[in-house]
Amino acid sequence: MAERPLIEGSAPERSADWAEAAVREHAHVETVSREEQVLERIDRARRARPRLREQNITLSHGAGGKATQTLIQAVFLHAFRNPLLEPLDDGARLSIDGASLAFTTDSYVVSPLFFPGGDIGDLAVNGTVNDLAVSGAEPLHLSAGFILEEGFPVADLKRIVASMRDAAAAAGVQIVTGDTKVVQRGKADGCYINTAGVGAIRRPLGGDVRPGDAVLVSGPIGEHGVTVMLARGELDIESDVTSDTAPLNGLVATLMDACGGGVRRMRDATRGGVATILNEVAADAGVAVVVEEDAFPVRPDVRGACELLGIDPLYVACEGRMVVVVSGDVADEALSALRSHPLGAGAALVGRIKDDPPGLVLLKTAFGGTRIVDLLVGDPLPRIC
Amino acid sequence: MRYVDEYRDADKARALAASIASLCEPGRQYKFMEVCGGHTHTIYKHGLEDYLPENVTLVHGPGCPVCVIPMGRVDDTIHIAEQDDVIMTSFGDMMRVPGGRGSFFDSKAAGADIRMVYSPLDALKIARQNPDKKIVFMAIGFETTAPSTAMTVLRAKAEGLTNFSIFCNHVTILPAIKAILDSPDLRLDGFIGPGHVSTVIGCRPYDFIAREYGKPLVVAGFEPLDILQSIHMLLSQLAEGRSEVENQYGRVVPWEGNLTALKVINETMELRPYFEWRGLGFISHSALKVRDTFAAFDAERIFEIPGSRVADPKACQCGEVLKGVLKPWECKVFGTACTPETPIGTCMVSSEGACAAYYNFGRFTRERVQEATRG
Repeated sequence: MAERPLIEGSAPERSADWAEAAVREHAHVETVSREEQVLERIDRARRARPRLREQNITLSHGAGGKATQTLIQAVFLHAFRNPLLEPLDDGARLSIDGASLAFTTDSYVVSPLFFPGGDIGDLAVNGTVNDLAVSGAEPLHLSAGFILEEGFPVADLKRIVASMRDAAAAAGVQIVTGDTKVVQRGKADGCYINTAGVGAIRRPLGGDVRPGDAVLVSGPIGEHGVTVMLARGELDIESDVTSDTAPLNGLVATLMDACGGGVRRMRDATRGGVATILNEVAADAGVAVVVEEDAFPVRPDVRGACELLGIDPLYVACEGRMVVVVSGDVADEALSALRSHPLGAGAALVGRIKDDPPGLVLLKTAFGGTRIVDLLVGDPLPRIC
Repeated sequence: MRYVDEYRDADKARALAASIASLCEPGRQYKFMEVCGGHTHTIYKHGLEDYLPENVTLVHGPGCPVCVIPMGRVDDTIHIAEQDDVIMTSFGDMMRVPGGRGSFFDSKAAGADIRMVYSPLDALKIARQNPDKKIVFMAIGFETTAPSTAMTVLRAKAEGLTNFSIFCNHVTILPAIKAILDSPDLRLDGFIGPGHVSTVIGCRPYDFIAREYGKPLVVAGFEPLDILQSIHMLLSQLAEGRSEVENQYGRVVPWEGNLTALKVINETMELRPYFEWRGLGFISHSALKVRDTFAAFDAERIFEIPGSRVADPKACQCGEVLKGVLKPWECKVFGTACTPETPIGTCMVSSEGACAAYYNFGRFTRERVQEATRG
């Protein structure tokens, strides 16, 4: 066999068309020399409407980071745009004949289907319950749609459905409608579930996020993501960490009872983790979110696994934790209220809202430095929920 | 966490920072290059530059193995992956790196079977499980990862596997450092040496940097205090008029390196006459290929390789950034055409690249960040 070394001139040099096009697109930008001006230029580029460049869907589009946002903006929002969708919150807030409702949907493709602390069934119920709860609604009714692969064991399906039943009972919701589809072997991976839910909004949230507000998390972060990753058995790391999957509506009610008018915003920190939520808060309200690395509760085994894998727990999914922004003057009450509930026992105050620089999340590192916490690019952990 | 938190102690950092400041001559500018991308990542992740005086600047070097792979090599990998019955495997960091015709993710979405593995041994496992497929491991990395690739080839041979090969893209760090030292516009006062590479090659091979080029080099660990201490050691050398190779990372790096690891690399691989580095161009004897005796495991001999060559856009100034001539933000396309989502140049490709690290973690003037995080 002839040797084919990579040597200069072994093939004619081409240019990368996509790269040349991207350079041309930004060619009008004036040449500036000071760092500050450059940073402003970058800010403008960041605010510009994202463009979908890929010809095919890649795994990054499902990761909850920048690529997902681009897909949503460029495809879904572009086609469906309306005032109820536009906030792109966890759920839409509707008013029907004078009743205020929240409506949400989510699909579950977690692999493996069963993992320590939960399975796809309770995840599918809790995820939708939580989307409603953090929208400020009392979750009431859920739908459940199943896409099953030919050959999937009925025993597994029964086990999943039983945990959905238990999760619904624990959250005080009913599954009131559903759908089943079966696809040929190899056309799906066992079982996918979609749930949608409606809830009643009885108490409004307390206005826009603004400088001076406090940022809290309801408990240790990153447990679900690390659990699922380790449950795949690809990493040969052993740990007794379990998923944090849980319904948050009870915790939300406790918080709202204690300081209802002072609660500005709640988000459950699922795909993309706490960092992604903080970025959304900063971008939506045009404020700076300043947080302290030391203040985030992280279980030692979660931290250890993240260190080994080179990932940041701030980006790892939770399924029973939320980020809460409250008015600064009720921060202590909010923290006590969260900690009084079993699901909020590990709650912590992690940072404050400031006015500058708008749209950014800044982190004071445990080491004593500072850095930006940006949206994640790419996907370190596919199919985590 | 034991063995980690000790090296991230803010009190010790403050004490070290004060000592660093006292070593600096007023009015003199100091520029040190951290060669390794792992160091760049640590510097930004922990906000380490906040501890440095104004006149000490860190320049982010070429030691990110993902970043230095030329786009043509990415295209060649995709070409192999598109052949019948091929399962291509690679580290996760490579998946998003765009070549001339898109990334592994794009190719995977278009139908190629490209899988992420955490170790080349995982690729070997896939080969055992799929005897009717051809499994290729796209091997990347410096001397740090070359031993594990070498061990995998040896094991594949011992097991008599006939459906496993590697597409070898291993590079060696010393020729790249030499290329940077030989560049006429170089302005560096010393090097923070690559810790992981040195666990394999040891400290002796850096001698020429201190002796012939008169630049001090300190092999450093990857925790933030390691790097601060290394900067302290570099400044001490300069203050005392020395230029030597020193080892800050003695808890991991033996002076002589890992002779067993070097032996298996040498048994399975040999130097290429030259290899293209993104941003730096062709560098002599800077990469490894599979030896003739292991030709059966060499994807370059099993498959037709187009030998693609893709030019980086002219507007891209990665070469200057890598040599420390330009700061990331001084590049014309930084942050607009070239972002972490659409990386045009090598420095933006992986989170360990100089521009990506700056974009993700450091993209703000110190004053503004300090103002925001006060109180």
